[in-house]
Amino acid sequence: MNESILNSVLLLVSLGAVTALVLYIVSKKFYVYEDPLIAVVDDILPGANCAGCGSPGCKSFAEKLVGTEDISDLFCPVGGNEVMKLVAETLGKEVSEKDPTVAVVRCQGSCEVRPKTTEYQGPKSCAISAMIYSGETDCQYGCLGDGDCVTACKFDAMFMDETTGLPVVITDKCTSCGMCVEACPRDIIEMRPKNKRDLKVFVGCLNEEKGGIAKKACSVACIGCSKCEDVCPKDAITMVNNLAYIDPEYCTLCRKCVPVCPTHSIIETNFPPRKEKKVVKEKKVVAEPSGEVKSVNLTKDA
Amino acid sequence: MLKTFSKGGIHPPENKLTSAKDIKRLPAPKVVYVPIAQHIGIPAEIIVDRKDKVEIGQVIAKSGGFVSSNIHSPVAGTVTKLDMIIDSSGYKKQCIVIRTDAKNETNFQEIDYPLKKEIDLEPAEIVKRISDFGIVGLGGATFPSHVKLNVKEDKKMDCLIINGVECEPYLTADHRLMLEKGEEIVVGIKILMKALHVNKAIIGIEDNKHDAVELFKRLTANEKQIQVAALQVKYPQGGEKQLISAILDREVPKNGLPMDVGVVVNNVGTVFAIYEAIQHNKPLIERVVTVTGKKLKNPSNFWVKIGTPIKDLIEEVGGMPEGTRKIINGGPMMGKAIKNTDVPVTKGTSGILIVDEDEACRGEVKNCIRCGECVNVCPMGLEPHLLMNLSEKGMYEKAAQEDIMTCIECGSCSYVCPSNRPLLDYIRFGKNITKQLASSKN
Repeated sequence: MNESILNSVLLLVSLGAVTALVLYIVSKKFYVYEDPLIAVVDDILPGANCAGCGSPGCKSFAEKLVGTEDISDLFCPVGGNEVMKLVAETLGKEVSEKDPTVAVVRCQGSCEVRPKTTEYQGPKSCAISAMIYSGETDCQYGCLGDGDCVTACKFDAMFMDETTGLPVVITDKCTSCGMCVEACPRDIIEMRPKNKRDLKVFVGCLNEEKGGIAKKACSVACIGCSKCEDVCPKDAITMVNNLAYIDPEYCTLCRKCVPVCPTHSIIETNFPPRKEKKVVKEKKVVAEPSGEVKSVNLTKDA
Repeated sequence: MLKTFSKGGIHPPENKLTSAKDIKRLPAPKVVYVPIAQHIGIPAEIIVDRKDKVEIGQVIAKSGGFVSSNIHSPVAGTVTKLDMIIDSSGYKKQCIVIRTDAKNETNFQEIDYPLKKEIDLEPAEIVKRISDFGIVGLGGATFPSHVKLNVKEDKKMDCLIINGVECEPYLTADHRLMLEKGEEIVVGIKILMKALHVNKAIIGIEDNKHDAVELFKRLTANEKQIQVAALQVKYPQGGEKQLISAILDREVPKNGLPMDVGVVVNNVGTVFAIYEAIQHNKPLIERVVTVTGKKLKNPSNFWVKIGTPIKDLIEEVGGMPEGTRKIINGGPMMGKAIKNTDVPVTKGTSGILIVDEDEACRGEVKNCIRCGECVNVCPMGLEPHLLMNLSEKGMYEKAAQEDIMTCIECGSCSYVCPSNRPLLDYIRFGKNITKQLASSKN
């Protein structure tokens, strides 16, 4: 009996030894050198594999970071400056610092303000609906409401608001990977700087039609009146094709443009409520009996 | 046993409500909206300006390239503006708006020209005039006709096929045209044969239009070169490739053209337009449109000026019936719902179909049950269920390998699917993306 135990033990040990030898030889023979830094950088990266950086996943982005000399134009939007700084320290390379950005939805065309004129019955996908026609409303620039951006978001940072029919971005969860921007066939979603306390001022409309037509389709559409452009102290607002655009690079978030917009198409987020002025001063021109024209200040309760 | 194409096909209810109705001529509308993109290819370039006076048949937009076409003014009047109007694509497109003069000169208005049989022009001149006079394929695809007639020298052509199939349910425009303008169409066929240097032409007509088959058999009794082929009724026999398969039993190669098997196919409407252009100098400014629907008071066939708003046609057939849910530009299978009734008639509008709730609404989409019906009916031998899934999942390269681009978008798969799956919607989407990817690679 002892002999049979011994035999089997010997057999297994020799089998193991032979296999180990084969494996050892193969691993030496077919060894592929991989920079150990890649694994280190991969560990630093968030591991979301969102492709927001342009590479298909975090591993391949790590390879790119390690492999390229100048990484100043590579950026991980999910990890942000912190992660990039760590990467730079590890690799001993320079990285550029970027302001954190967040997705904003530039359309306010809810069912109330933008009436539906047709009904779409096809598959629930913005891309297909956009291929077939200009959407259920008369605005051919606005949100189609089928939620391709929500489907594209891998971080659960978007949802469709059922009452308005528009997508909403949860800014805390948004990693600005840019998947929603790519998914939207109308280019409604834009990445804008997050600023302090997530303060943002932007035009919530993309309608390039002339004022009358735009307003008929949607009551909060930008009508291209240029009032905001005139009032902006920093020349941050440009008018192209009857549409205002606020350049975040020049905007100082002074909010002067918000109240002058006649259609309320400029959106401000996370600002404290404005202090209501109790007294509004109004200048009125009164003709004096002498024929002289004199300017008088009248006080009126607001 | 009558001939038909080999693969797939379906038999939707025919509903040809207007096949016994003469084609009525409508008075010129007060305002016409002429889109500049009425054909496949490059849109035409506008050459008129606001306040310009235009005559009937005057060129108002010039062909923008080889695969493009001239556009002529359908009425005499004044250009009031160059505007953006929603056309059948569902988007605002550049249009020339022309207000008709009260008198509206009648150069081209009467349809009953005396029949002219002698063909004076040389082949090259024929092709040139077809190009100048803005003739495009009137079967629905609106492919510029002169492109089809410019046969490359290495291709040997031996047969001209005339498409009088009209396999779309409801539509009767081609059927009526064949009955009313038979002799002219025969002359038109001879013109095309001369231009193409072929000495064989076959007219394909489905057997549900028995009167047209009989008429053409009589008209061509003394013409040895022209034959009539009565075909079994089956959708989509009007597709170029299906028609060639049905009549000649030849298969157009993948990604190829009918030219590759020595054939050119033209629709009867196109042939008639070519007849008028060559024999009577009339550009393509009007076409036959079937306005139909089960609830309409008086569905009819009309000669309609290009650019007429569809609402004018609906008024002409007794107004919009109550409970209308969809207005379709074209037939029920391949047509496209329009966004509003201001959409103008273009060169490709073969019919206006007005449908109610029962016919318009799609059923609830359920899971694929792997029944294989879509594969059975696909006339191109594709696997629609697979193509849909690939395109839904964004696997466009794989879809291209599975020949998504050969789909003719006939809609047979969506029609038969017991689970109401939106097969064609996704396939069309996949085709679009594949096309974009291919063009971005080049």
